Amino acid sequence: MTLESKIPAGPLQDKWDRHRFELKLVNPANKKKFNIIVVGTGLAGASAAATLAELGYNVKNFCIQDSPRRAHSIAAQGGINAAKNYANDGDSIWRLFYDTVKGGDFRAREANVYRLAQLSVNIIDQCVAQGVPFAREYGGLLDNRSFGGAQVSRTFYAKGQTGQQLLLGAYSSLMRQVNAGKVEILPRREMLDVVLVDGKARGIVVRNLVTGELESHSAHAVVLATGGYGNAYFLSTNAMSSNVTAAYRCYKKGAHFANPCFTQIHPTCIPVHGTYQSKLTLMSESLRNDGRVWVPKEPGDNRPPGQIPESERDYYLERKYPSFGNLVPRDVASRNAKEQCDMGKGVGETGLAVYLDFADAIARDGRDVIAGKYGNLFEMYEKITGEDPYQTPMKIYPAVHYTMGGLWVDYNLMTTIDGLFALGEANFSDHGANRLGASALMQGLADGYFIIPYTIGGYLAGTKLPEVDASAPEFAESRSQIQSQVDKLLSVSGKRTVADFHRTLGNILWDYCGIAKEEESLKKAKQMIAELRAEFWENVTVPGDAADFNQALENAGRVADFMEFGELMVTDALERKESCGCHFNTAYQTEDHEALRDDDNYCHVSVWQYTGADSDPVLHTEPLEFENVELTQRSYK
Amino acid sequence: MSTQTIDLTLKVWRQHKNNPRGSLETYPAKGISTDMSFLEMLDVVNEQLTAEGIEPIAFDHDCREGICGMCGAVVNGRAHGHMPETTLCQLHMRHFKNGDTIVIEPWRARAFPVIKDLVVDRNALDKIIQAGGYISINAGGPQDGNAIPVPRDNAEKAFNAAACIGCGACVAACPNASAMLFAGAKISHLALLPQGRPEAKKRALSMVRAMDTLGFGNCSNEAECEAECPKGISIREIARMNREFIKAALS
Ligand SMILES: Cc1cc2nc3c(=O)[nH]c(=O)nc-3n(C[C@H](O)[C@H](O)[C@H](O)COP(=O)(O)OP(=O)(O)OC[C@H]3O[C@@H](n4cnc5c(N)ncnc54)[C@H](O)[C@@H]3O)c2cc1C
Ligand code: SF4
Ligand code: FES
Repeated sequence: MTLESKIPAGPLQDKWDRHRFELKLVNPANKKKFNIIVVGTGLAGASAAATLAELGYNVKNFCIQDSPRRAHSIAAQGGINAAKNYANDGDSIWRLFYDTVKGGDFRAREANVYRLAQLSVNIIDQCVAQGVPFAREYGGLLDNRSFGGAQVSRTFYAKGQTGQQLLLGAYSSLMRQVNAGKVEILPRREMLDVVLVDGKARGIVVRNLVTGELESHSAHAVVLATGGYGNAYFLSTNAMSSNVTAAYRCYKKGAHFANPCFTQIHPTCIPVHGTYQSKLTLMSESLRNDGRVWVPKEPGDNRPPGQIPESERDYYLERKYPSFGNLVPRDVASRNAKEQCDMGKGVGETGLAVYLDFADAIARDGRDVIAGKYGNLFEMYEKITGEDPYQTPMKIYPAVHYTMGGLWVDYNLMTTIDGLFALGEANFSDHGANRLGASALMQGLADGYFIIPYTIGGYLAGTKLPEVDASAPEFAESRSQIQSQVDKLLSVSGKRTVADFHRTLGNILWDYCGIAKEEESLKKAKQMIAELRAEFWENVTVPGDAADFNQALENAGRVADFMEFGELMVTDALERKESCGCHFNTAYQTEDHEALRDDDNYCHVSVWQYTGADSDPVLHTEPLEFENVELTQRSYK
Repeated sequence: MSTQTIDLTLKVWRQHKNNPRGSLETYPAKGISTDMSFLEMLDVVNEQLTAEGIEPIAFDHDCREGICGMCGAVVNGRAHGHMPETTLCQLHMRHFKNGDTIVIEPWRARAFPVIKDLVVDRNALDKIIQAGGYISINAGGPQDGNAIPVPRDNAEKAFNAAACIGCGACVAACPNASAMLFAGAKISHLALLPQGRPEAKKRALSMVRAMDTLGFGNCSNEAECEAECPKGISIREIARMNREFIKAALS
């Protein structure tokens, strides 16, 4: 099969304009005849659902949580990028485009990234109009800061709660459409299957998480905005319910999965401190604007940080990367932290941490200024660790944070299943092999407010869609398959809990398919995951009933999918015999230990097709063509 | 901080369809690390219960970083426990002592029916927002974000009100089960910004009316809500809401 990316012809700057003109329009009077399902209420889902309803479509919007406002986007801290150039420091759409393509180590589509940079400016205007209380300067204008790997100040923020404020903005637009009768919210529902009729996505089956009932919902198109799958690693900065299930079940139905091994490991998280630990907490990387990262020069030096004199500290990022210093991209910062700890220079009880020190910033700017910028983050750190970062340096360590991989989509954000679209973190997105800070929020909102409203219209106007309702046999078939999986999970009655399996899977992926990968260990991981998966179906214990509110059962389904998906991640990592961005195979590195790409053989998107639970997936590739930027070796020296 | 372990006794509210009236059940929680969060402690207890063939305790949670507003329970009579400005997921076990007995109950309010154990239905909070907690603009071509300057002080006050996470602790803490702090926060957030002014009156009227019809009680200035709010939302927001409401009712 060929993957048609549907990138419009013409100069980069004109592609989106031209495409919008060429897309068919749905007559305004006809929009109300179309029903659209949007799964997910994060930035991507909520903005899409609200905007589609504003246009006149009838929308059903689903989420796992009890309210759409609680989607995981709520937790984003640092900010959102936009090429407004308010700071007059040389930013432009072209620069944001270039930074994003380069930051992604040249593994994203030029046309998509350029469109994203173009739309970034509209997002800020839209959010301000909604009442998002962004940080402002004394003159009353919007404030900007520089963020993760950028040399211009283009990041808009609302203290350390940018995601919360942006999501509440999108949620308020969504609530307005509920009030207008155009959106129906179905919370506490988990999508467990997409239903195809005549080869097109025509609905979904969800489990009502309160009653356990399997419900069928039909529509003319299905939009998936179900977020990322970082929880495959068990410990991550994602919310507890973040999952791969929705995307994975679409994959099983024919939506191909792109770059599943591209996982971002964020450098500044609170380190792990016990096996009971349920999640890792991110400390926004905006902290790296003022905090200095260091370790003791001598391995094994376990004096308290205050007793280690300046001359015996190694500010290794500043030393190795003089022009970017503490602001090197995430993958570089994470790898370096691991390297220092592997050399025995890690700090804290476990030796798996480095310091992030604010003493100089506090001495320079005063405690109040630092508190104004990071007060809530410092408080959060103190709540979790019991240590006060105003007095003693923070301890940080990398943690799984974001997944660049996702369902493959064309320029219209449509997957390889007709009528099934994927937005936000759930698609393979515009971030290539590494996402820059403050760019996920931008992408989610660009997808939801400004792209899908046009492209879905093109699909609906140009496709024959006979009426289908939830009584179609395809729905019954899907329900019965799900029911048998649920029954199976409940009937194993083994000895190990779901969380225990999940933890083991997470350890395998973290150790062998994490910050640094090797061929041999990847092969080992694949074997180990297969064995774990087999054990799961013989030895898992899931208490409670199917027809009930049953969190253990919810988790069991998610972990079962994570295990199958984990194998796909490893398969993908094995296949990509190069390093790029976050995908770092130790066999492929430059002399400076940077990721060494192989543009001759791997300048492509790896797109996997499902062929069955026990057979290997089939690889397709979408070549990436760069007409506007030169492929360079990233260097942050 | 050095890690210690403590032993506790939990008295947990259990309620579900086979026990519709609900009751407190007692479970030991042994060897709990003081570095754990309250929810991690419940995870450990749930693993033990599962191993013993007892159904685990149902409780809502998601972000576990104090921002999604999904978690919440009344711990020893206090919504989200006894630490100030702390959600249940951010409450750490270092604030408990070896040998403590901890009573854990769901939010109790007429507008929040119990679904199971500690899980309640807070749909009514969304309904209050649906009544008017928004600015009526469509996605499209709004003016430039910097077209209307907003005094920094107002922007900050708006942010402080907008920091509400919608957890419902204020309702659970209020003797009248009123949602005034929640609604006041949203009404103030939007009324403080120039973009929100055009609809300020209408918004205040319809959101207050929605609260009444949804079964929330009235405010009798007990200020229990402010004391328990994990995000430090101030009762000044209620005063500001009342001003908006009176302005609207008089015009
Ligand atoms: C701690 C943290 C901080 C971050 N900070 C930043 C930042 O500063 N800047 C930035 O740009 N990015 C940041 N990110 C990344 C960014 O927040 C996410 O990538 C983005 O919010 C994802 O949005 P989304 O809409 O795609 O998905 P989510 O917000 O994850 O929403 C997923 C939605 O799908 C629903 N869902 C999932 N599965 C199912 C299912 N099976 N059935 C039904 N519903 C389902 C969920 O209920 C939810 O409503 C951060 C991420 C984390 C973890
Ligand atoms: S006002 Fe405070 S207590 Fe009430 S819902 Fe908001 S955050 Fe929770
Ligand atoms: S779990 Fe999100 S606030 Fe507690």
